[in-house]
Amino acid sequence: MRFIGRRLAFYVITLWAAVTINFFIPRLMPGDPVKALIAKNQGRISTDAMDSLYALFGLDQQVPLWQQYLDYWRTLLSGDLGVSFAYFPTPVSDLINQALPWTVGLVGVATIISFVIGTLIGTGIGWRRGTWADSLLPISTFFSAVPYFWLALIAIFVFSVTLGWFPASGSYDRSLVPGWSWEFVGSVIYYGTLPALTIVISSIAGWILGMRNMVVTVSSEDYVTVAQAKGLSERAVRTGYAARNAVLPQVSSFALSLGFIVGGTLIMEMVFSYQGIGFMLFNAVNAKDYPLMQGCFLVITIAVLVANILADFVYAALDPRTRQEG
Amino acid sequence: MTVDITLIEEDQVTGPSGAPMTGVMPSVPRRRRRPGRFVFLRNSKAVAGLVILGFFTLIAIVGPWIAPYDPSAQSDDILQPPSWEHWMGTTHLGQDVLSQLIVGTRGVMVVGFVAGILATFIGVVVGVTAGFIGGVGDESLSALSNIFLVIPQLPLIIIIAGQLPSAGGLTVAVVIAVTGWAWGARVLRAQTLSLRKRDFVEAARANGERTWRIVMAEILPNLTAIIASGFVGTVTFAVLSLITLAFIGIGSGGDWNWGTILFWAQSQLALQRGAWWWFIPAGLCIALLGMALTLINFGIDEFVNPRLRSTGLHARTMRKRGIRPRIGFTPVVHRAPGAGAGTAASVARSTSAPLAKEDRA
Repeated sequence: MRFIGRRLAFYVITLWAAVTINFFIPRLMPGDPVKALIAKNQGRISTDAMDSLYALFGLDQQVPLWQQYLDYWRTLLSGDLGVSFAYFPTPVSDLINQALPWTVGLVGVATIISFVIGTLIGTGIGWRRGTWADSLLPISTFFSAVPYFWLALIAIFVFSVTLGWFPASGSYDRSLVPGWSWEFVGSVIYYGTLPALTIVISSIAGWILGMRNMVVTVSSEDYVTVAQAKGLSERAVRTGYAARNAVLPQVSSFALSLGFIVGGTLIMEMVFSYQGIGFMLFNAVNAKDYPLMQGCFLVITIAVLVANILADFVYAALDPRTRQEG
Repeated sequence: MTVDITLIEEDQVTGPSGAPMTGVMPSVPRRRRRPGRFVFLRNSKAVAGLVILGFFTLIAIVGPWIAPYDPSAQSDDILQPPSWEHWMGTTHLGQDVLSQLIVGTRGVMVVGFVAGILATFIGVVVGVTAGFIGGVGDESLSALSNIFLVIPQLPLIIIIAGQLPSAGGLTVAVVIAVTGWAWGARVLRAQTLSLRKRDFVEAARANGERTWRIVMAEILPNLTAIIASGFVGTVTFAVLSLITLAFIGIGSGGDWNWGTILFWAQSQLALQRGAWWWFIPAGLCIALLGMALTLINFGIDEFVNPRLRSTGLHARTMRKRGIRPRIGFTPVVHRAPGAGAGTAASVARSTSAPLAKEDRA
C-alpha cells in the first residue's frame, strides 16, 4: 500500500511540525507569563510538576535550545502535559481525557451526518442543474458566510429561550449520575441535539456546493454520456457513474477542510457550554491557563490527524487507482 | 477588479474550488464579436458582490463621522429595543448598537484586507515557486502548505493570539495571514504546474528570457483570476477568524468590531433577556459581507470555468426557450446561417461527445 504509506509519512511529519510549533510559541512570546503564574502558586506545585512545566515552557534559560527540545519531547512522550493553573492541581492530561469523548461524540457525529447529507443533496442539485434546484445555491451561500457561533446564538434564542424545546447549555441533566443507563444516554442525546443540529446546518452548505460543482463537471465526461447511451437507468448513471467519481475530490477535500470545520465547531461548544475540548480551550484562554491551552491545541491537532488518516483509508477504498502498485 | 479576458481562452483551468477539470472545453465556433473590456462586470453575481463590498468599504472609511452616537458612551436608556432614537436599540450600559456596528466596520475591513493581502502574498510566493521550480523544492514547499492546511487553524490562531500580551487588530491580522496562506498556495501551485509546460512559456524560455521575467510576465498574468479568488477567499476566512476571536474575547484590544458586539451580547446574557436587537444585526452584517465575498468568488469562478457559467446564466433563459437541461449537454445558442435576423435556433451541443441526441426547442 504505497498510497497509505506515503500518507502516513506525511502525517508523521505534520505531527512533528505541530509539536514543534507548540514548542516554539511560548518561547517566542515576549514576557514570561508562566513564570509569573508559577511564582503565584509558589509552594503549591510539586517538584515533579515544576520540572515538566519548565520543560514545556522553556523557563530554564541556561539549558541550550536543542536540549530544551529533547526534554520537551521526552515530557510529551511520557504523556505529561503539565498541570493546569485554572483547575489546580489537576494534570492537563486528566482534564483532556474527560473532555475528549464529548467532543469526539458531538463534533464527530455531526460532521459525518453533515458530510453524508450534504453530498447526497449536492448530487441531486448537480444532476438537475439549470432547474429550480439551482435556487438552493444562494441559500447555501448564506449559510456558508455566517459564522458558526452566530447560528448557535440564534438557535439558542429560538429553540431554548423562546420555544423552550431544548436546553440552552450543558451536555446532560446534572441530576443524573453518568453511566450507561437509558435515562442518562437519553439525556445526553437530548442535550446534544441542538448543538449537533447547528453544526450540521452551518457546515452542510460547503459539502453541497463542492459536490454540486463536481457532479456538474463529471457529468459531462464521456463515460457518463456512454452510460446514458447504453440505456442505463437514470439512477444507475447518477449513482454508479457520476456520483461515484465526483465523490473522490469530495473525500479529499473532507480531509483537508477538517481542520477548519473542527475550529468552527469548537466555538460551538463554547456557545453551548458543552463540556468538550473547545469549551475547555475557551476557559483556558480566559483564565490564561497556558499549559491547558497548549495541551488542547495538541490534542485537537492529533484528533484531526487521526480523522485525516481515516478519510485516507476511505479514499483508498473508493479509488482503485490508489491501490495500484507503481 | 479587472481580470484579463485572455483567461477564458485558456482551456483546462483548474477552478479555484480546487476541482480538477479533466474534460476538454467545447470548441464553440469563435465567431463572437470583440468582447468588451469588462466582461467580468457583466456577471450579475459579481456586480452584486462588488456593490455590497463597496458599501461596507465606504462605511469603514466614513464610519466614525456618520455614527449617531459615541459607541462607548453610556446613557440611561438601558437595553432599549429599536426606536427612533436608537435604530438598533441599546446595550446593558445604554450604548447605541447601531453606532457600534458602524464604527466597528473599520476594524473588520482593515483586518480582513491586511490579512488577505499578506496571506495572498505568501501564497503566491510559495505556490508559484513550488510549481515553477519543481523537484525537491516543490516537494518540500507543498508538504509545508499541506501541513498548514491540516493543522486546525482556528485553535492555532487562538493559542498564538491568546499568548500575546497585547493583541491588537493588526497583530491578529498578521497571525491570521501566517496561518491562513496555505490554501491559496496549493491552488496556485497546481495551476503554475500546468502553465509551466505550455508553449508560450517554452517559447519565452527558448528566447533566453530570464526566469524572473518568465514568472512575472508570462506566468503571473495567467494566474490573475486564481489569485483574485484566493484573495477573496482569504479575506472571508480572515473576517470570520477575527470575529470569532473577538467573540471569545481575544485580540480586540478595546476597539469595536462586530465580534466584540457579539462578545458583550453573549456575556451579558442578551439571549436570556430576549435582547434580539443586540446580536442579530451584527450577525447579519457578517453574513452580508461574507455573502458579498462569496458572490464575487462565484463571479470569478464562472468567469474562469465556462461550464459553471453557462449553467448558472441560462437557467431561466433555457426554461423560457423550452430547453430541458440534461446531463452531458451544454446548450449553446447560435444563429443558423441564412436564417433571418432575430430567429435564433437553439441547438443542444454535447460538451464532450458528438454522439448527442439533439434537444429540439
